[in-house]
Amino acid sequence: MALQADVAESDGLPVAHAQTGQSSVQPGGAEQLLKVEHVSLSFGGVKAVTDISFDILKGEVRAIIGPNGAGKTSMLNVINGFYHPQEGVISFKGKPRRRMKPHQAAASGIARTFQNVALFKGMSTLDNIMSGRSLKMHRGFFWQVLHVGPARAEEIQHRRRVEEIIDFLEIAHIRKQPVGKLPYGLQKRVELGRAMAMEPELLLLDEPMAGMNLEEKEDMSRFIIDLNTEFGTTIALIEHDMGVVMDLADRVVVLDYGKKIADGTPGEVQASQAVIDAYLGVAH
Amino acid sequence: MLYREAGQFKTSYAADQALMPITQDRVGLLVILVVTFVVIPVFATDFFIGSIMIPFLVFALAAIGLNILTGYAGQLSLGTGAFMGVGAYSCYKLATIFPDINIIVLILVSGVFSALVGVLFGLPSLRIKGLYLAITTLAAQFFLEWCFIRIAWLYNYNDSGAIEVPQRKLFDIAITGASATPTVRYLIIAGLVAVLTLVAANVLRGRIGRSWMMIRDMDIAAELMGIRPLYAKLSAFAFSSYYCGVAGALMVFMWLGSAEVEAFDINHSFLVLFMVIIGGMGSLVGCFMGAAFIWVLPIIIRAVPQMLGLDILAATTEHIANIIIGVLIIFFLIVEPHGLARLWQIGKEKLRTWPFPYAST
Repeated sequence: MALQADVAESDGLPVAHAQTGQSSVQPGGAEQLLKVEHVSLSFGGVKAVTDISFDILKGEVRAIIGPNGAGKTSMLNVINGFYHPQEGVISFKGKPRRRMKPHQAAASGIARTFQNVALFKGMSTLDNIMSGRSLKMHRGFFWQVLHVGPARAEEIQHRRRVEEIIDFLEIAHIRKQPVGKLPYGLQKRVELGRAMAMEPELLLLDEPMAGMNLEEKEDMSRFIIDLNTEFGTTIALIEHDMGVVMDLADRVVVLDYGKKIADGTPGEVQASQAVIDAYLGVAH
Repeated sequence: MLYREAGQFKTSYAADQALMPITQDRVGLLVILVVTFVVIPVFATDFFIGSIMIPFLVFALAAIGLNILTGYAGQLSLGTGAFMGVGAYSCYKLATIFPDINIIVLILVSGVFSALVGVLFGLPSLRIKGLYLAITTLAAQFFLEWCFIRIAWLYNYNDSGAIEVPQRKLFDIAITGASATPTVRYLIIAGLVAVLTLVAANVLRGRIGRSWMMIRDMDIAAELMGIRPLYAKLSAFAFSSYYCGVAGALMVFMWLGSAEVEAFDINHSFLVLFMVIIGGMGSLVGCFMGAAFIWVLPIIIRAVPQMLGLDILAATTEHIANIIIGVLIIFFLIVEPHGLARLWQIGKEKLRTWPFPYAST
């Protein structure tokens, strides 16, 4: 687990580089963190995703966009192991895999937020973010029973890290409140914090701005940019707010009806006729 | 007024994460412990200890067991009575096979058997949730009851089919059997319940307890944070059944003295479930409140006419007690569906902000 933190730190510089330089595919530059090759997923006769290939480079912000029902969330679910595609290979950190359970994906360094907030409603903000540290806590049952010595030290050590995240997201005032009672915008923020606590290498954000007002969107954008530049986290996000996508993303992949119709920098994607047709419709 | 944390500043995370961060709570706990271990044994009558306090503590322990499973890990169970039975019967067998080992050790070990059986019947929880899971735990209830009747080995081929508690001593003081005084039995139960409650509180606030609550609140997200549902759910079943098993063993060895299969029937499962619901899901204090409400209150209500010198038939007092309890259950569930513990919590919050209606954060 300490390994992950090291990787994130040592990659701090090149990451910041990738952010400032808008051009996406640096030949021989940033390495591929995740590679999706010819993935197809269907539920019975319904094809959710058809023959999709794309990659996510280390340190970039990658956006996945598309009209409703295009298969964006299915794609995320494939990446973190909720769905198992019928065809195709997904390689994370160069290791290809066919079937993977969600907890294995979590252990390998993929974290995720959900479209409809999926917080642990009965727990406080603090406990929610602490729960993101679950994989990094190892003290066994015996120490848990006593709750002294190593177990307590471990708890406090992770609490310190969690408090840093709480500071970063500016949610110190709701630390002890049950998250079920928080306003929506704050819940989204806590969910981001919970994913951050996992110190992931790849963070999947499913519509982080959905249902937010302008100010909340600006805050959230700021957090995402800081997360990317300061902590060097690679981010893949699904978002419907095109302004946000075009400003944040280094590269964008566009899906429509489960197929990939465009892939490139925001400028390239905006200019693509297929994308314009998908969003605006074609005159018949 | 008295209950507020003004001036109590936390300067370390350790202090902030303490089980009871507020001084008044610690004082309150101290008072409760003194009453439990000094005042009651010294001043209370044998009736009060034997018929009120001992059953209250036994049921509180069983309620903690069920609450861990249902309130903290979110897995509904109707097999509590049977799991208590597993504890009782295995303790009986252990006492037969190892007559020289201290009975308190055997009681604690018998919970392990209950935990194993709990894991077995917890397996369906990996596939089904909620009420459907409750139905499968009914299978545990009926199957185990059947075992307690049909497998004669469990009760040493007794003609009566009952398990009789043998006489056992600790430092030449009888602690089980007919000659053990209620006070001695009470002190042992109170000690065990106090320790086991502390253990539960520790486990629940740590990594393991958090994993159970994660599964309870949002199992998909929990899986994504690296929690394996298999481990989380089955460990909750094991831990919970351990408590139920120890409660069952205590019930027979320290309270009833002998028991037949009826002591572990479905009614007891429901009784403990009601204690958890009334007391408050996901609260340890609630277990004690629920047990007091369901078990102690009827006894007090039944005793009132006698104390007042009213000449009412015993059957009539029984009916009146049932009516009052029923009405109170409805009343409390309407006032606060989350149980007495939440009511207590709200009361404390009010005291903290008094005289203002709410605190500004």
